[in-house]
Amino acid sequence: MARLLVAFLAGGLFGAGLFISGMTDTTKVQGWLDVFGNWDPTLAFVMGGAMIPMAIAWLIRRRRTTSLTGLPLPPAPSKEIDGKLILGSVMFGIGWGLVGLCPGPSIASLSYGGPGLYAFLVAMIGGMLIAPMLRARLDRAVPAE
Amino acid sequence: MPIDWIWGLIGGMLIGTGGAVYLLGNGRIMGASGIIGGLVDGSGWSTAAERIVFLVGVALLPVLLMPFYRAVDTHITDNYTVLVAAGLLVGIGTRIANGCTSGHGVCGMSRLSVRGIVATCCYILAGGLGVVLFRHILGVI
Repeated sequence: MARLLVAFLAGGLFGAGLFISGMTDTTKVQGWLDVFGNWDPTLAFVMGGAMIPMAIAWLIRRRRTTSLTGLPLPPAPSKEIDGKLILGSVMFGIGWGLVGLCPGPSIASLSYGGPGLYAFLVAMIGGMLIAPMLRARLDRAVPAE
Repeated sequence: MPIDWIWGLIGGMLIGTGGAVYLLGNGRIMGASGIIGGLVDGSGWSTAAERIVFLVGVALLPVLLMPFYRAVDTHITDNYTVLVAAGLLVGIGTRIANGCTSGHGVCGMSRLSVRGIVATCCYILAGGLGVVLFRHILGVI
């Protein structure tokens, strides 16, 4: 029960932050990416603002062995830069720029995004369904050492 | 407008606080694509309840805040070809790269994760070049 409460609180803060910061407005995201157009710096402030509490949380994480609800804490990050990370991030970036939506804001704007958002969401879920197959193919093409 | 920066900063700090709560509370990295993707492809069904409750929070808070806030408009395109192409790219890309703006961007970069920083550079560069190509050269968005 405590874990569900934590998840709801975290999700609520995330959704509230996305809403208040204007990140569910696709023109603000595209405006930030569009350095040759009418450049909008808002996204940099959102990213910077989010970094502060998160960096503090990572510092606190070092002093703890488990989470507050007793679950294990994430291990040190992997340093492996592989083709999947690059290819996937490039694909994501192009899609992000095309419409101005990433996964978080697509959920936050569920109640007011309209039919365009639902089309995006259905396609995103479809993409997530076929991704494991593509991932397996990429693994076979470039065998891990 | 300067006011947008302030809202951006406040909103960003709320997003980061959400990530901090999820990390220290449940030991999880707050990545939207991972939370959704795990439900979609079945890899996260053992923690389905936690994921669903998280997503309900994400979708619900904007509804609760809406009456107290300036008018919201997503300005989303009505070009369905673009919407479907973008959705597919975002869905496939984030799952192959194992993260998006929240997981690699907010959570990864704040712990100076090399993967998070590389991924963030890649999607911002690709997004920027994409906007130049599709808006200024091809004129489709």
